Amino acid sequence: MSKMITLTIDGIKVEVEQGATVLDAARKAHIRIPTLCFLEEINEIGACRMCVVETGARTLQAACVLPATEGMDVKTNTRRVRHARKTVLELILSNHDKKCLSCVRSQNCELQRLSKELEVTDADAFVGKRTEHPIDDMSPAVVRDNDKCIVCRRCVATCYKTQAVGVIGPVGRGFDTSIQSAFKSHLSDTACIGCGQCIAACPVGALREKEESPAVWRMLHDPTKHVVVQTAPAVRAALGEEFGLPMGTNVTGKMVSALRRLGFDQVFDTDFTADLTIMEEANELIERIQNKGVLPMITSCSPGWINFCETFYPEFIPNLSSCKSPHEMMGAIIKSYYAEKAGIPSRNIAVVSVMPCTAKKIEAGREELSAMGTPDVDAVITTRELARMIKSNGIDFLSLPDEEFDSLLGDSTGAGTIFGATGGVMEAALRTAYETISGETLEDLDFHAVRGLKGVKEADIKIGDLTLHVAAVHGTANAKTLLDQIKNGEKTFHFIEVMGCPGGCVNGGGQPVVSAIDRLRTDPRVERAKALYKADVGMKKRKSHENPGIQRLYKEFLGEQGSKRAHYLLHTHYTPRPKYKHPVEETTTA
Amino acid sequence: MVDKKEKMEQLRKVIAEHKDEPGPLMPIMHAAQEIFGYLPQDVQIEIAEGLDITLSEVYGVATFYSHFSLEPKGEHVISVCMGTACYVKGAQAVLDKLSDSLGIQPGGTTKDGKFTLLATRCLGACGLAPVLTVGEAVHGRVTPDEVPAILSLYED
Repeated sequence: MSKMITLTIDGIKVEVEQGATVLDAARKAHIRIPTLCFLEEINEIGACRMCVVETGARTLQAACVLPATEGMDVKTNTRRVRHARKTVLELILSNHDKKCLSCVRSQNCELQRLSKELEVTDADAFVGKRTEHPIDDMSPAVVRDNDKCIVCRRCVATCYKTQAVGVIGPVGRGFDTSIQSAFKSHLSDTACIGCGQCIAACPVGALREKEESPAVWRMLHDPTKHVVVQTAPAVRAALGEEFGLPMGTNVTGKMVSALRRLGFDQVFDTDFTADLTIMEEANELIERIQNKGVLPMITSCSPGWINFCETFYPEFIPNLSSCKSPHEMMGAIIKSYYAEKAGIPSRNIAVVSVMPCTAKKIEAGREELSAMGTPDVDAVITTRELARMIKSNGIDFLSLPDEEFDSLLGDSTGAGTIFGATGGVMEAALRTAYETISGETLEDLDFHAVRGLKGVKEADIKIGDLTLHVAAVHGTANAKTLLDQIKNGEKTFHFIEVMGCPGGCVNGGGQPVVSAIDRLRTDPRVERAKALYKADVGMKKRKSHENPGIQRLYKEFLGEQGSKRAHYLLHTHYTPRPKYKHPVEETTTA
Repeated sequence: MVDKKEKMEQLRKVIAEHKDEPGPLMPIMHAAQEIFGYLPQDVQIEIAEGLDITLSEVYGVATFYSHFSLEPKGEHVISVCMGTACYVKGAQAVLDKLSDSLGIQPGGTTKDGKFTLLATRCLGACGLAPVLTVGEAVHGRVTPDEVPAILSLYED
């Protein structure tokens, strides 16, 4: 136990552990100090000065970086403090475009919220020079609008610390500072992996997904198109938040209902092809082990991770499972198997994926992912985009009845459902691999060793005579740590699950944005994952190979796992990508 | 004239020298600015790769300090001090005159590559205000009328 410290905040005595900040201590005293640049464990730099307090020192101090000390007497609401905070906020507003009416983050914006809380009565209290920047919307995943940016650097810290990508940073100095890529190039011309974690970190509307909902509306309004939608496991665990439901509410039934009302012709479940992924991936793993193939095999469901691997660790490309990600498998199956069953030419079918992810937007554009001559998936929208579509269509989400997915590609198991949480793909694969390899029934289905938020989770799983060394990591910075250890020969594994986003898909870059303050109270990575694990336990079938729809699909259409047809439709390949995409300019001999 | 390959070789040596010291980025960037006269993209990539940091970080530093230049600088770099003392003593008029005479804005370089014009922060020679430097040479108590004479010193 570390040393305890006693201090007084606004006359209230609090005890905190040594090392705690005044901001932590205030929270214990039920005092909410306003913050803006602060993002717990990610960006704690005391830059924005919203959290200033009086401590008796000559100047005001930033509570988020001020260590609590014994006997300290802190005042968080003096006239001086209130004046300073409001002035800081008004100065930030003086260089912000304040176009709240047309901003995607309106009503979920920390700047807007603070303006209200600090009782800003004149948003133009200071009028002066403004910095002006073009919008960068060249990336299929992420749009940056620096006219809304408050230069808090939360996106920068996230890109570096949790993702180890580091393609954005502060450029210039003083008033002219802006967050940009090197040489002010478009994000699409950098090593950006499209994970969208910067969007999740942004307190305002400076970062958002590249919207594809306009394209989806066009498809829905086109009478010649048969529009089929699918939803990823993690979407149902978070969509409700956009309608005011508590974090971790599972809204599968209402979501399906809403999608039908939006006009989609068929509503399928990506959980179904998560099970299909497990069938193919478990088979691939067993083959690699039996035939002395390249190990460890690494999962390929997360397109942010795939972009990361191709860019920063191309030497691990042979380790990547050749399986397409579940929604791409679904796209290929819809345009082949379903098209045949429904008697609709595949070119008349449009596949829309609702994903917790922005990198899926880049993935859908990959040329190699077009088994039937058109892209397997025609459009990808995020959970947030779906919520906006539902709202703009006048659907009263909260009162909707629960409906079921369409049956042909709608069956799912608990294994497919837990794909949305870190460790879930691993666990699902182990449930199937165990029974396939040993021929025995797996009694205890819960692999707790690969669950939870530890950055790198390792486990040894005994299957008959074989001991499988496995690991699950989430957040590409953790993947980097593990890959470096494998490269150095420090560690060896048979099978690794990598999810690009911290916490896995439930906390993907396309999910509802949770403010820094709300994150202190509820961890979306935990609450949303709980919803999926709870669903898993409640399901009749919890192993992918027991999914009746999957069994039918192999029997009627695919044949065996890893068959020629399965390979053609469900597997893919990867290509090394350059870190620096612009042709390097030649320096002149001066 | 040293060719590009040799300069890159020089840069690699500097990187190797400083790599394992604490805070290696600044001395390396200083050296790179010396060697190349500016910091083009390939030079910044070389530094980023050499130190295993991101290009973003190198570029951020390059744009933060006015000492570093992203464009090739002219043969003669004219820096007009815009510190408080020089400013009060009429540095702006001197800068405007130079701008007019050379036909470039502060930060720019003449087409013939002869002159680069910069407005800088305090040079620490307030007693000579308004002051400007051309390369290493310091010119004090400058008036706009003296600008043509000063420039003529550097025209071949």
